[in-house]
Amino acid sequence: MDINTFIDNFAGQLDVTPADQIKPETKFRDLEEWSSLIALSIIAMVDEEYGVTLKGADIKSATTVQDLYDTVKGKKAVGT
Amino acid sequence: MSSYNPFSLSGKTILVTGASSGIGRTTAIECSKMGGRVVITGRDANRLQETHRELVGEGHVQITADLTDSNDVDRLIDSCGILDGLVLCAGIGKISPFPFCTQDKMNDVFAINYFSPVELLRRLFKRKAIANGGSVVFVASIGGCPGGKFTYGNGIYGASKAALWSMMRFAAKELAIRKIRVNGVNPGMVETNLIKHGIITDEQHKADMETYPLKRYGQPEDIAHGIVYLLSDAASWVTGHSLVIDGGCTI
Repeated sequence: MDINTFIDNFAGQLDVTPADQIKPETKFRDLEEWSSLIALSIIAMVDEEYGVTLKGADIKSATTVQDLYDTVKGKKAVGT
Repeated sequence: MSSYNPFSLSGKTILVTGASSGIGRTTAIECSKMGGRVVITGRDANRLQETHRELVGEGHVQITADLTDSNDVDRLIDSCGILDGLVLCAGIGKISPFPFCTQDKMNDVFAINYFSPVELLRRLFKRKAIANGGSVVFVASIGGCPGGKFTYGNGIYGASKAALWSMMRFAAKELAIRKIRVNGVNPGMVETNLIKHGIITDEQHKADMETYPLKRYGQPEDIAHGIVYLLSDAASWVTGHSLVIDGGCTI
């Protein structure tokens, strides 16, 4: 997996923020449209695209999109 | 008069599905404490055995079965005799926002939450394995049923429970020919493993509890006692009803 595809997938869950504004260093919780529904969509997207089961706590402990990518990559590596 | 108890289940045989955990396990235990003889079923033999160990009284039976497997259902029906009560607790949860509600996911959830309980009831009724005057209880949910609570990401689960609620009403109308009553319970959030999947954080659950007028989630006993009522002769004139047990959250 690579960060650019992950960013595309992440941006795909947003409806207001332009996709080109999402960078690895973006603090996703600071996005104006961030909500509990988008958090659920990110979890569902990660499940569908990467076969990884994220928990609410994983989202909570991540600050940037890069953090989230690293979490998914780490979980994928250990096959969870 | 000290023995007067219209809620007693004494002399009744009750099949409880999903009895290896959660609301099903507690319902089986409470039914046994109310004097009922229970037949418990679930997929996990070890956890079913744990439930069996907690049952009070004699004559209880445990049958490990996967209700999505037709052969297992045959074996279950052959072994449980004539039932006075049937509690359909087996169910799974699923959190998925609408764009991710694929038919595959729906099939998985509906297989367990809708098709299995309805099919089990259909076959038991057709075989005349439910005694005249018997009582059937479906465990639905406030999530998805009329007057209920429609939360983000709960569409597949809620729709499966709404389908179950609807069929409960149809069955109540038709099974009345043998004086069999068919009801449901619509629980709010109950502290079981079903809600401990980790997608919703503990902090979010705590905040959600604050929206309940009674300021807590339910315990399995809260639901089991409603089920006991519907199984008992105290509910002899109640059919086609779903009892909301939700700490007031849908007010």
